[in-house]
Amino acid sequence: MAQVTLQVFRGDANGGEFVDYTVEVDEGQVVLDVVHTVQATQAADLAVRWNCKAGKCGSCSAEVNGKPLLMCMTRMSTLDVSQPISIAPIKTFPLIRDLVTDVSFNYEAASQIPAFAPCAPNADDGTYRMMQQDVERGQEFRKCIECFLCQNVCHVIRDHPENKPNFLGPRQFVHLAELEMHPLDTADRTEFIRKTGGIAYCNITKCCTEVCPESIHITDNAIIPLKERIADKYYDPFRWIFSKLTGRD
Amino acid sequence: MAQADRTVSPPHKLGFLRTLRTDAWWFEPALIATFLTAFFGYLTVSAFLDGWAYEIGPYLTPVFEPKLAGSYDAWYFSPALFILWVPVGFRATCYYYRRAYYRSYLMSPPACAVGDAAPKYGGESGFPLVMQNLHRFFMYGALVFVVLLWIGAVRAFYNTEGIIEGEVAETGWGVGFGSIVLVINATLLMMYSFSCHSFRHLVGGGLSCFSCSRVNRVRKGVWDRVSAWNESHRTWAWASLIWIVFTDVYIRLVANGHITDPNTWSGF
Repeated sequence: MAQVTLQVFRGDANGGEFVDYTVEVDEGQVVLDVVHTVQATQAADLAVRWNCKAGKCGSCSAEVNGKPLLMCMTRMSTLDVSQPISIAPIKTFPLIRDLVTDVSFNYEAASQIPAFAPCAPNADDGTYRMMQQDVERGQEFRKCIECFLCQNVCHVIRDHPENKPNFLGPRQFVHLAELEMHPLDTADRTEFIRKTGGIAYCNITKCCTEVCPESIHITDNAIIPLKERIADKYYDPFRWIFSKLTGRD
Repeated sequence: MAQADRTVSPPHKLGFLRTLRTDAWWFEPALIATFLTAFFGYLTVSAFLDGWAYEIGPYLTPVFEPKLAGSYDAWYFSPALFILWVPVGFRATCYYYRRAYYRSYLMSPPACAVGDAAPKYGGESGFPLVMQNLHRFFMYGALVFVVLLWIGAVRAFYNTEGIIEGEVAETGWGVGFGSIVLVINATLLMMYSFSCHSFRHLVGGGLSCFSCSRVNRVRKGVWDRVSAWNESHRTWAWASLIWIVFTDVYIRLVANGHITDPNTWSGF
């Protein structure tokens, strides 16, 4: 058992400060456990959002020593407890209180995405069939727990909040990639991704991939393939010549 | 939609290098900037080093591959500049190198959760960075260069000069250390090109249904292979860059008589 000093941000959108709390840490504890200890013993009014404590609900996103991560998936043993540990709310979304932010931007962004548009049933019994090799590709994207750490760390909106109306963010690109790569989907969202989605704002610095607690290859498997689909349509010299000659896409 | 102004909630602040991170986040971008500057700086200088011999016997430095006739006198400037724009353009628009130099040079951002240098940001949506979309164009060119570099590598096993470094040499097929260096160079550049995100998209990534036809199933198999290579795209990018510099240095040192290339034509 060791002692650690947590510097937890206390305040709201109008201001606040980091407050020191010194607590005991047991072996095997995660950051969220220690925050709960603070809440139980020294700051009953500390606001912190959490739910499953198992890395599956995506509620307890925070910035620990400045790094965006899930508090429930970060073991105290991975941190230097001899030094104070700062715990701050995620930066990109408006603060409600203490460690809790308003992440409604993400739901508003998601609501703009054209929905799944299935083709006619492709099986004789009037239902659908998908081969396993087609199912597998989208499974990676469905691991997303919507913790919004990728949205939070993306500098397009983190450092430039004025871009929010023009950029959906990495989580939404994961969702769009899942839809666009779905073999039963008939919608073409290329223009939506280019214009409304603002995918050109992404400059591939891969921070979204680095912070994803589900290890989704957001940049390599979602964003870049979407950028390449846009390149197919607008920036491929051979496809352009082919379409001019044949009149086909 | 939610807030469009430039406000951010406490305790965070906007601004260059603003961060709550306490680790050595600056180390990686500094390291990459150092190496990128060193390697690309050398290659830039090398492209203009027409006066310091760049070929000998069966060896030609890849900086000047494919070989164009003449030298400065014939072209008025380095003949390497006629060809280098393709591999340089390919690397400059490469998705890995974009990550590297956006972080290390443009500091946009320098590291994750560290404040962006740019006061305003439009990413690749406007000129000049919209030109990054030419990566597809350069990728087609890079595939041609894979063939050209392999031709150069194979040619490095066939000597046509009777005298190398002032010594009588046999002509015909043989092998030297330089031949092996050039084969490794061609292999690494091939793997860098074949692990490219754009190439991955071309071979199968653009499909939305892998199982819908026999052709698609074959493309899925190729895509799987390229995807595995793509996971190491950064490694291939660095390995090929380091090796092309090494190859150029080695061949120039041999060509200018500073070291001797062990080979079968001169009897080792």
